[in-house]
Amino acid sequence: MERIPILRMGRFLLVTIQVDMHDQLALTLQDDLTQRIVSDRAKGVLIDISSLDVVDSFIGRMISNIAGMSRVLDAQTVVVGMRPAVAITLVELGLDLAGVRTALNVEKGMALLQGAQS
Amino acid sequence: MSSHPVPRVDSSEELALRSGEDVVRLRQAVRERAVGVGFSLVDQTKIVTAASELGRNTIQYGGGGKARIEVVANGTRRGVRLEFVDEGPGIADLALAMKDGYTTGGGLGLGLSGAKRLSDEFKIDSAPGQGTRVSIIRWKPY
Repeated sequence: MERIPILRMGRFLLVTIQVDMHDQLALTLQDDLTQRIVSDRAKGVLIDISSLDVVDSFIGRMISNIAGMSRVLDAQTVVVGMRPAVAITLVELGLDLAGVRTALNVEKGMALLQGAQS
Repeated sequence: MSSHPVPRVDSSEELALRSGEDVVRLRQAVRERAVGVGFSLVDQTKIVTAASELGRNTIQYGGGGKARIEVVANGTRRGVRLEFVDEGPGIADLALAMKDGYTTGGGLGLGLSGAKRLSDEFKIDSAPGQGTRVSIIRWKPY
């Protein structure tokens, strides 16, 4: 089955979404990440969406779900790299990703996760 | 809607909507048309996102159907028109279905209302047992 790879970096999990995801792929990622947070005892999840040229309400909901699930599993999620056109569209669509931490790029996102640990 | 004259259709293609993969193909096809018309990146993103919402609705609530993608013109103005047709159960209360946050499918309830906000023109025809037809246009700004 098609899957988005999840990399481990110390206590953090790193996901770079590089394909135009169909809905099932997004749901699989959500499940896989939740499993890996527990099995890897991860304290943080960094999701890089800089390759995504569209985030619709389904992907937006997946991002919110991952952030919520990781929170109850004692891990933090940071979403990085959202393109400006995607941000504009997402807000007009009616989604503001409330409760999801964001950073402009991977470096700033990692700093945010590391800062939360110390 | 009498306020909108019927635009000239310059090109037209049809896509079947049956699965999540079809929605990905739809997004790519709409993007190509939007680029062809000369939409800005933000305008491309808006119409592709609206297409994604409406395409998913056609599959999830309409039981599948088809999408028509057209490049249209109104005088010298060009735009992209999308039409989504299904023969599903239809919508009994359109006003309710258009409300932000209203859903019968466990989603966020932003599909119809969000797609409308992302479009310049929006039209929906539906009745119980009659299927649903949604069409939107996004014009390239002058």
